[in-house]
Amino acid sequence: MSSSEHIIDAREIHAWYGSSHILHGIDLQINRGETVGLLGRNGMGKSTLIRTLLGHVKQRTGHISFFGKDMSKARPHEVARSGVAYVPEGRGVFPNLSVRENLVMAARPNKRGEQEWSYERIMQTFPRLKERETNLGGQLSGGEQQMLSIGRALMTHPELVILDEATEGLAPMIVNEIWRVVGEIRSSGMATLIVDRNYHKVLANSDRAVVMQKGQLVLQGEADKITNDPELTGYLGV
Amino acid sequence: MDLSVFLIQLLNSLQYGLLLYLVAMGLTLIFGIMGVINLAHGSFYMIGAYMAYALAPLVGGNFFLTLLVGLVLAVILGYLLEWAFFSFLYDREHLQQVLMTYGLILVFEEVRSLLVGDDVYGVSVPDILSGSIALGDVMTYPVYRLFVSAVCLLLALGMYLVFTRTRLGMMIRAGSVNREMVQSLGIDIKFLYRVVFAAGVAIAAFAGMISAPVSSIYPGMGNQVLIICFVVVVIGGIGSIRGAFFAALLIGLVDTFGKVLLPEASGVLVYVLMALILLWKPNGLFKAG
Repeated sequence: MSSSEHIIDAREIHAWYGSSHILHGIDLQINRGETVGLLGRNGMGKSTLIRTLLGHVKQRTGHISFFGKDMSKARPHEVARSGVAYVPEGRGVFPNLSVRENLVMAARPNKRGEQEWSYERIMQTFPRLKERETNLGGQLSGGEQQMLSIGRALMTHPELVILDEATEGLAPMIVNEIWRVVGEIRSSGMATLIVDRNYHKVLANSDRAVVMQKGQLVLQGEADKITNDPELTGYLGV
Repeated sequence: MDLSVFLIQLLNSLQYGLLLYLVAMGLTLIFGIMGVINLAHGSFYMIGAYMAYALAPLVGGNFFLTLLVGLVLAVILGYLLEWAFFSFLYDREHLQQVLMTYGLILVFEEVRSLLVGDDVYGVSVPDILSGSIALGDVMTYPVYRLFVSAVCLLLALGMYLVFTRTRLGMMIRAGSVNREMVQSLGIDIKFLYRVVFAAGVAIAAFAGMISAPVSSIYPGMGNQVLIICFVVVVIGGIGSIRGAFFAALLIGLVDTFGKVLLPEASGVLVYVLMALILLWKPNGLFKAG
């Protein structure tokens, strides 16, 4: 294990979808236990940045290391196994697997071999899932799917959870529930990278924030400084 | 048709249907999960049958040892083929998949011709299973055919349990709907595909080996099985394991009883059945999964 404090250390990341150049040289670091908000308008490259870091975008250049280990060429499952979990936009629940199967299929203990986030603990954290244990993923409401997706991520015992639009299209009560869980994840010492439309919430729940525009980072710093930055609203188009 | 004749035909159709299922299952799995149309799948059945013939003298004529060695060889073959050929097909168009897997049929047939020749062969039933049991007063039924049905049934059950109860099965089912998410959970999808493919090849080859003593071994036998297996897959619903199971049994029944009751039309009955089912349910009987 390297002495690196960084979970992610990405330098000069460029990425393309076919012939369109989406990311234009991004540097991003996430430290252990740190919550980072990723802000920016739609189409500015937030999801592409996440997918590139996770190894899903093959047309990429630059240097990415996880936990001090070079993973610039790593395949997605290698990135995940290094300790990163992904809660994707659209939730990525397997519709043809039951709630229980969605959770246990990829579960693995943490690096010390412990199962802090056991199946039972996930069920306690999300009582609604307990009631729907044997239902198929595709039969769940959006909010339940989101809880399932987060629960599934936790069962892989990551050191970093990436949440992409975790509250999109959900009723206000469920949104509060999701933010409550994000807070719980944060206080357990796991690092998080959060993308969400509600930038007030993101900033209130983050240690640090970065703002993207047209595939570049245009603003970054501590969350309360970003909150008061006069240029922020301009970048977010609000 | 009296009862014992009916019973015999029923057992025959069950045995044929279960064998078809073993081959069709791999075909539908490889299509449903990896999205590859594998025309060469029938060749694995053929390779299995020829292995039952050609390996027997090498292992002292012990049929069960032949099965075991053949199974191991088939797994290795499947693993290597996936690595060398099929792994390049996942993101390609169906036309390219069809061309390459058709090419593989030609290669397999040529290699078979070089190694074993073009004659028709038979494999004898192992002594221990060569008896018959009485059905009614005058009819008997060969034990080996019952053995084939029982083994196929056990294998089908075992696969069903792997598919529905194990984490491997969950990963396979998950991989058929969302590849990217499966990888993001730390699962090596390429390895998963290789395992599924090797299993599909091994099971098809096993079906060929185990059926060798009840049917002759001849050039082109793989293609015949392939065509009927496509009928099974289409009737059952492409990508559906459960569908393949019921469709295979249905084809077994229609084909076997068709030959007895309507011998003139037996060659077309299964295709008529397919046409009728597709008129009724254009996507087949079951949904994928």
